[in-house]
Amino acid sequence: MAALTKRYGFAITSLLVALTAFWLLVLVVLPYFFMAEYSFHPNLPVPEIGGPKDHYTLVNYLSIFEGTDLANFEFPDDMRVFWRTIWSSALITVLCLAVCYPVAFYVAKIAKPQNAAFMLLLLIIPFWINEILRTFAWYIILALGGPLNTCLVWIGLLEKPVRYYGLGGVLLGMTYAFLLFMMFPLYNAIETLDRNQIEAARDLGAGPLRIHARIVIPHAKPGIAVGCIMVFVLAASSYIVPNVLGAPGSQFFTETIYQWFFEAQNWPRGAAYAFLLLGMCIVFILGMMRVFKVGLTDIAK
Amino acid sequence: MQSRGSILVMRLYLALFFTYLFVPLLIMALATFNSSKFPTVTPWLGTTTKWFDALFADTQMWSALKNSVITGLAVIALSVPIGVAAAILLNGLQARARSFLYAVMVSPLLTPGVIIGISTLIFWERLGVKGGLHLAVLGQSSFIIAYIMLMVLARLQRFDISLEEAALDLGASHMQAFRRILLPHLWPAIFSGAVLAFFQSFENYNTTLFTRGTDTTLTIYIASRVRTGLTPSVNALGLILIGITLAGAVVYELLRRREALREAEARRRAAGAAGALRRLAFEAG
Repeated sequence: MAALTKRYGFAITSLLVALTAFWLLVLVVLPYFFMAEYSFHPNLPVPEIGGPKDHYTLVNYLSIFEGTDLANFEFPDDMRVFWRTIWSSALITVLCLAVCYPVAFYVAKIAKPQNAAFMLLLLIIPFWINEILRTFAWYIILALGGPLNTCLVWIGLLEKPVRYYGLGGVLLGMTYAFLLFMMFPLYNAIETLDRNQIEAARDLGAGPLRIHARIVIPHAKPGIAVGCIMVFVLAASSYIVPNVLGAPGSQFFTETIYQWFFEAQNWPRGAAYAFLLLGMCIVFILGMMRVFKVGLTDIAK
Repeated sequence: MQSRGSILVMRLYLALFFTYLFVPLLIMALATFNSSKFPTVTPWLGTTTKWFDALFADTQMWSALKNSVITGLAVIALSVPIGVAAAILLNGLQARARSFLYAVMVSPLLTPGVIIGISTLIFWERLGVKGGLHLAVLGQSSFIIAYIMLMVLARLQRFDISLEEAALDLGASHMQAFRRILLPHLWPAIFSGAVLAFFQSFENYNTTLFTRGTDTTLTIYIASRVRTGLTPSVNALGLILIGITLAGAVVYELLRRREALREAEARRRAAGAAGALRRLAFEAG
């Protein structure tokens, strides 16, 4: 701090500190703190807030388990939605990784430089286009009388049009919407690999699979971790894709949270569920950072 | 370096991939010109541009657009000064305080947007402030500042601190050194940061959804139209937005490249000058 004052003077340093403090306290830390505190309150009508019934409680968190019947293997709706959100997001992450890896490798290591530059440009373009518009495009494609059904019926693969809206549509739409958040970290990581290492491995008799498993993938680990974190968090916190491409049976946890807030008007429960979602994302992020041994600085790149 | 067969397979896969990437956008664009009431390309009921007229006649769209622009400009006004301040502060700190503060500062980038929206809403509601565009600005800024901070920080790390010291030694006040030496060095990052901030704000949905109150921004408008009252005028809007986005992306990319070129040029010149000085010193010595 002393160094800062010496360098910028007292007035400027105070201004820097004040602006930064406003950001971190008023826009980041205090809102989280209030949300956490709020989630431990019961949902009360306005006159009773602060009254005798207003004491800290776990009821908003426990409600996700309410109605669990282990004997009959039945679980309440909110919990099923929570699980669906976790495994769907994980599946979308894996799909994105699988689809992107060959492309990232090709652009980074096989394509000629000018082709690679052109392909990167092609990749960046959809990246700039809004998630809602990209989802909307799939809404048109997957419609009952839409181009996909029409084509498949015309070829003869389908006898009559199929309903795609639902979990299938959501998985497809999210993979498409978040694909490029996997592509760029992956490309950046593979790009730094020295081509000579691949050549050396080949000269020593390693096959393509072995080269990828032992040379390329270990080198690309930070990129894989960052891509997976981005895609997982985006998928788990997406509202628009399940809302547009889903059906009642494919609800995501964000939709549940929204319903508790604005349809049931139960803000404390909504806050508790938001905290569960945040907790799930943090566990995933920390888990990936641990497994792939990457730090925050790698992610923020 | 790879066998012919595997290269062929790779190329095929790449062609498939790029088809997958662009065909949905193409279909969306085509559907704009189909006179069918529901946006689709099958069946084709005749080519028309009437959906653009329908879009331009839609007053809700115009007011949503206005709201988005106001929000975006407000986000720039709030985020840019704070982002610059945070970057300078972080850059001047010692290792341990620095890495802790860094973690706090980038955490909003990893937080789901819906949660940023919810926490902003609850916090301000408790202070008696209801949802609306102003809350959307605060919620969006909380993570957009982090982007700007990172961009400015990257630029700061290439700042030659001796310039500042020289200015101070020569009698400049701290304010003068700040305004005449540091800020000019940061302008390119500040400019790209402002562009990025507007763009991020304009296309934000998740945070805005919870903080907007009863106000409607353009993304909220599009989403609500997709769910209720969908006509190809939404496609027309999408097509226009894609056009603007592309133009913006190209300009942004060009500016970035020009900046990179200019820097390389400056570095080469600096190296040349250093070489000339060394030669002079050698000859003189």
